Amino acid sequence: MSEIESVKAIKGGEFLIRETQADSIFIPEEWNEEQLMIAETCTNFLAQNVVPNLNRIDEQEEGLMPHLMEEAGALGLLSISIPEEYGGFGKDFKTSMLVTEKLGAGNSFSVAFSAHTGIGTLPILYYGNDAQKEKYIPKLASGEWKGAYCLTEPGAGSDANSGKARAKLSADGKYYLLTGQKMWITNAGFADIFTVFAKIDDDENLSAFIVEKGFEGLSLNTEEHKMGIKGSSTRQVFFNDCKVPVENLLSERQNGFKIAVNILNLGRIKLGGATVGASKEVINASIRYANEREQFGRPISKYGAIRYKLAQQAIRTYSSESAIYRASQNMEEATEMYEASGLDAIKAKLKGTEQYAIEAAIIKVHASETLDYVVDEGVQIYGGMGYSAEAPMDRAYRDSRINRIFEGTNEINRMLTVDMMLKRAMKGELDLMGPAQKVAGELVSVPDFGGSDDDGLFSKEKKYIANFKKAVLMVAGAAVQKLMAQLGKEQEVLMCLADMLIELYVSESLQLRVEKLVGLKGEDACKEKLDIMRVYINDAAEHIAKSGKEAINSFAEGDERRMMLMGLKRFTKTEDINTTEARRNIAAKLISENKYCY
Amino acid sequence: MKILVCISQVPDTSTKIVLKDNNTAINNQGVTYVINPYDEWYALIRALELKEAGIAGDVHLVTVGKADTEPVIRKALALGGDEAIRIDADSNDPYETANYIAEYAKTIGYDLILCGKESIDYNNGAVGAMLAELLDADYIGFASDIQIAENTATVKREIEGGEETDISNLPLVIACQKGVAEARIPNMRGIMAARTRPLKVVTPAAVSAVTSILSYELPPAKAGIKLVSPDNMAELVELLHAEAKVI
Repeated sequence: MSEIESVKAIKGGEFLIRETQADSIFIPEEWNEEQLMIAETCTNFLAQNVVPNLNRIDEQEEGLMPHLMEEAGALGLLSISIPEEYGGFGKDFKTSMLVTEKLGAGNSFSVAFSAHTGIGTLPILYYGNDAQKEKYIPKLASGEWKGAYCLTEPGAGSDANSGKARAKLSADGKYYLLTGQKMWITNAGFADIFTVFAKIDDDENLSAFIVEKGFEGLSLNTEEHKMGIKGSSTRQVFFNDCKVPVENLLSERQNGFKIAVNILNLGRIKLGGATVGASKEVINASIRYANEREQFGRPISKYGAIRYKLAQQAIRTYSSESAIYRASQNMEEATEMYEASGLDAIKAKLKGTEQYAIEAAIIKVHASETLDYVVDEGVQIYGGMGYSAEAPMDRAYRDSRINRIFEGTNEINRMLTVDMMLKRAMKGELDLMGPAQKVAGELVSVPDFGGSDDDGLFSKEKKYIANFKKAVLMVAGAAVQKLMAQLGKEQEVLMCLADMLIELYVSESLQLRVEKLVGLKGEDACKEKLDIMRVYINDAAEHIAKSGKEAINSFAEGDERRMMLMGLKRFTKTEDINTTEARRNIAAKLISENKYCY
Repeated sequence: MKILVCISQVPDTSTKIVLKDNNTAINNQGVTYVINPYDEWYALIRALELKEAGIAGDVHLVTVGKADTEPVIRKALALGGDEAIRIDADSNDPYETANYIAEYAKTIGYDLILCGKESIDYNNGAVGAMLAELLDADYIGFASDIQIAENTATVKREIEGGEETDISNLPLVIACQKGVAEARIPNMRGIMAARTRPLKVVTPAAVSAVTSILSYELPPAKAGIKLVSPDNMAELVELLHAEAKVI
């Protein structure tokens, strides 16, 4: 079987045109005993080692963060998915995502952990040769060495390939002499190993180098003063004819940009996991405070305005989480298929991840914006105390904000979502044209008045989601036709299309999760989760309608515009439900359990 | 030296207890179970320390429970231990539990048996002492420090208003509390090894319980706190007398 044929069954981006069966997705309610033990170890590690030290961490007490990293390393938490031959535990991607999620509640520690285990370690693990891996990976896995990643420069952020850092071969041919300035380098203050991106001579594309802290010509600036994640080390790193042995070129010359992009695909979905972990912790604090704080003689959790916020925090978090683990499982399955087709394990992993790059970008945006919503309402629930630096919401609020900026800004990720989808269509990997034309045909036919043979528990939501797909296909198809090559420059339209895709993907992931869960546990045990699904999809319909309308109005006119707007109305129509009652039910369980319980 | 550590499964401390069947049973739906903290943080960890120091040989863990207690015993194995034994019975009666463990312990012959000072669900604090009696071994309760040299244990224990140091020969049963050891977090290696470490299921000895639970009662809801100004002692006295009826 050829590589293409074998992965035919699983393709990233296909959620737009294909239906997925609920039993084919992974849901977090299926963690096994070992995975739950690992999760508990993470939670206990945070509770014992990190949370009591949050102030000291934020003050960047000398040696504390590297010490915590070493303690995490001693527990094995830095090497969950590193192959056993390099001192790791060889666990699957979902398990490493679970660890990222649980440690995501660790504020600045979470940033140091994610940078080390992700961009600090993976470029060498995935692209290093045997000698490089043997030299660096075991020590990165144990935490003895800490890793950092130097891509961004003062003049090259989102446009990473435009960096000015240069490398040239030394006269004796033994070294690359690296010159340039890198900024916003996480873990820089205590990192031992830096993966540095620079162009060799006048190359068009970046190359990547493994640079040790002790190499001559490397120096660090002082710590940046940041809005949040104050405990994570962030510095500029200067390279002044830094002598990098030629054997430390990572992968091939000019392969750096590809490394950067592929590592970011993983980083994006991992960031989703970390922000969901942070969201759950902030919700815990919000519920506890709402239950304790009394005003007008009652705990504020008795008031509808607060209940709404608690419910909404949970709804968005549960939805993000559904998408994250669905995509994580898909990445694993795609990796397995590539491996079965003969690719080596690491190439298969990279291709499997790349296959779901669209979903990774969607998740990055959704989960980071969920956390921003959750912390914002967390501050509000805390009221005056929310604004006090003595209470936990202050830190949570400031620490959250960076997530919409790093690993590609949410704007870049939104554009990528649409761009990758269209590129795959143009390459013939995704058949968007057929379904888009079919939807266009539907616009001039007799409308479907919603009658369906399926009267099951999820029949309405399935129908809504099928219609959301039509809405996206209609607007995206028309945008491509109308704007052609100009579409890339119409960023406002791209943002609208991305928002529609994001709402569609998350709605579908959520619906599939709840459907699978009801199959496992029965409807009675899933009442609140059904409410979460109904409220989220109800709101998603409105978001999709709004974004679609804005896009259509920007590029269509006259009858065509009217026809599309009518189509959009039809594709985003949902039956009215009592969302107030549903949110009350969702909140009631949170309040009674006094913690995030979904 | 062989050590046996008694492990009890208890509801997580944040559990909201819900009663069922006319208050004769606890509804365990949705309850998260953990290792009894006194068994885990102190007894088990001290046993592992003794093994790591080369003082103890095998460390065995025992629990009395049905199959649904296995996740908790495996969690204990993730911290360490060479073998786990589950005595296949469901018991809330300390005498019955102590007998089950004693009957099994006799078949192996342990030098030291460690347990927590009590389990945090029923809080009887009785199994350790009963076990010692049934095994004809010495017993030291409320231990806060345990040192073993050769065949002798030196144990510090809390007493009213102070501390007492006991020296006893093995075999010995010790009920542990804070101070005996520091809590540990299971590491990845332990978690992965837990699956492969032996977990024996043993049929319980024929013993009958001597107590039974007729009904449960939830503690009364916490009453509100009244703050009295330090300048107003008369009001405080009046409240303590008329309302709280304690003076």
